[in-house]
Amino acid sequence: MLLAVFSDIHGNRQAFEACLKLARAKGAERFVMLGDFVGYGADPEWVVDTAMELVAQGAVAVRGNHDQALNSSSETMNNEAQIAIEWTRGRLDAAQRRFLAELPMLVEDGDRLFVHSEASHPQRWHYIRSTADAAKSLISTPAHVTFCGHIHRPALYSMSVTAKMTGLVPKTDVSVPLLRGRQWLAVLGAVGQPRDGDPSAAFVLFDTISCQITYCRAPYDVASAANRIRENGLPHWLADRLSEGR
Amino acid sequence: MPIPLVKPGAVIDGYTTGECVHAGGMATLWTVKHAGIDVPLLMKIPRASEGEDPAAIVSFEMEMMILPRLTGPHVPHCYGTGDFAHQAYAVIERIPGTTLYKRLPDLPLPYDEVRLLVAKIAAALADLHRQNVIHHDIKPSSIMFRESGDAVLIDYGLSHHDHLPDLLQAEFRLPYGTAPYMAPERLLGVRDDPRSDLFSLGVLLYFFTTGERPFGEGETLRAMRRRLWRDPHPPRKLRADYPPWLQEVVLRCLEIEPVWRYPTAAQLAFDLAHPNQVKLTVRAERMKRDPLSVAWRRRFNPDVKPQGARSDLATQIAQSPIITVALDTAEGATELNEALRVTTERILATLPSARLACVNVLKLNRIAIDKTLDELGSNKHIDRLVALRHWATPLKLDESRLSVHVLEAVDPAAALLEFAEMNSVDHVIIGARQNSFRRTWLGSVSAKVAAEASCTVTVVRPPRMAADAANTDGGVVWG
Repeated sequence: MLLAVFSDIHGNRQAFEACLKLARAKGAERFVMLGDFVGYGADPEWVVDTAMELVAQGAVAVRGNHDQALNSSSETMNNEAQIAIEWTRGRLDAAQRRFLAELPMLVEDGDRLFVHSEASHPQRWHYIRSTADAAKSLISTPAHVTFCGHIHRPALYSMSVTAKMTGLVPKTDVSVPLLRGRQWLAVLGAVGQPRDGDPSAAFVLFDTISCQITYCRAPYDVASAANRIRENGLPHWLADRLSEGR
Repeated sequence: MPIPLVKPGAVIDGYTTGECVHAGGMATLWTVKHAGIDVPLLMKIPRASEGEDPAAIVSFEMEMMILPRLTGPHVPHCYGTGDFAHQAYAVIERIPGTTLYKRLPDLPLPYDEVRLLVAKIAAALADLHRQNVIHHDIKPSSIMFRESGDAVLIDYGLSHHDHLPDLLQAEFRLPYGTAPYMAPERLLGVRDDPRSDLFSLGVLLYFFTTGERPFGEGETLRAMRRRLWRDPHPPRKLRADYPPWLQEVVLRCLEIEPVWRYPTAAQLAFDLAHPNQVKLTVRAERMKRDPLSVAWRRRFNPDVKPQGARSDLATQIAQSPIITVALDTAEGATELNEALRVTTERILATLPSARLACVNVLKLNRIAIDKTLDELGSNKHIDRLVALRHWATPLKLDESRLSVHVLEAVDPAAALLEFAEMNSVDHVIIGARQNSFRRTWLGSVSAKVAAEASCTVTVVRPPRMAADAANTDGGVVWG
């Protein structure tokens, strides 16, 4: 089965639409969303409604720190993120907020694990910045492949049976076999706010039979997404950074 | 990880095992058969039971990732792999014959035989590098030849694929490979520079022409590290009749700094195919090693440590193409040749390690017996070589980046296409003259080259001019 995995959609309708369209065109049969449905972008209602529909059809979704911040004021965030979350709070209805509040922190699916930040302490929202961070996550789970997001920059780590680590910045559209006999941590780039210098929306495809992972990019209408942010009075930097992909 | 012991007659994923044909330190090789596949097959099974060298597992994992994505005549075709969850194996085509290792008792071989041999290996390496793979274990026992003459590179257990995780990078603190052939930068942990393979091929070239390994057989790290600062004895010191051009090629491959070696395997293959065009430098003349003072400066000056690659493999190769410009040396082609030079200059400006081959076709008559000497008695072939060099002079290219060639052929387009194919040319620049009587009459050479070449072709026309001016031209070969 071909899974399409998305992370950090952040209320960016144009980006998520482009990813869904491309993933379906490539034959994706099942969808996974790794959290941070809201925050930063100007279309949280549409994004949450779409996620709810997909989940009703069998998709997997987990909770991100922005989704959590919507329902709790204890999450510490930077100023712009805080402004965006407060704005978002006023946009979502009770059902949409309940959907986000009830999302699980992590989901195990066979020998795969889906989580927003990393597997060792998902509720602490640690970033995977290095092979050492990746090792902490990999040691804490028996899963063959862990999928996470949160940092908005794609990376692929692996740990051998002797706990030796390897890291790779994956190349777009090149499939990589995730060999059995070692563990893998697939860190996804963001759908709605890429920060790796490429403004196009990021997601991955994973073939559960051949264990091949492919990092994909979907170009989308960045100008419209940025305009929506400006029209809604959100911080301008949130619009500007979309075209730079940072 | 319990691995079932394979026995003859065992069936693994539809493959029936025959005899064990090789039992090495890392893996065993079995003949296998599979319904529906009627070429001879080999199954490679790693030694991966408890307590075995983890290197065997990791290098087999690399092979399982790399082998299935390789294509072309220079690699063994891969039919299937099985992973460590069940029974690890890779099924590849069985290439008849033996590896180059069998030739070791015959060394040194005649110069020209080695030249042709190594040119074929360089062509195979160029193809491998184009597929984003650095072999990292080029040595006689990794090289076989097909009946067609194509070199085949086997054993990818130490290889690096630019788009895949490098499992070996993390696994071993010490460089892993075959000591006598290992490039100096490998000792510093660099695994992403394709010129490491050119160094290893240089060791093979040196060994096959002199009978001696340039850095000995030392397996200790200390012995291996010497190559970071100590250059090998020039081959001419070992064999007085060693051709200077060959020494130039060998020592360029064996440069400590990757940047001083050939930029690509294709450029090395080009020099081996055209030995009389090799630019001789001080390397060719050398009769002894660098003085100790120089070697010691290298040893104790941290700045002269070899640097690794700074960009990905595809980018490195793309920066060092072989460019061919097809020129008409006849009278009346001045404007077109000027336009060709402007275009060539622009392309070369962005590619500091590109090399340029200027080509002219001396058209042979179909029926009449050709006179090599023209009416004035001068040799047409030599005249054209001179004219080509003259055309290239304003480009101010270093001699090592420029070569000139006169092809004699009945069909100029076919000759150019063959030249491009034989020399792995990446880009052909060719002129087209509009409104030419001869073009209408003979068909367009540039059109045929543009349509049929397997590389990029740029067709150049002179600046727009009055139609009548273009009509008055005399002999036009391209157009």
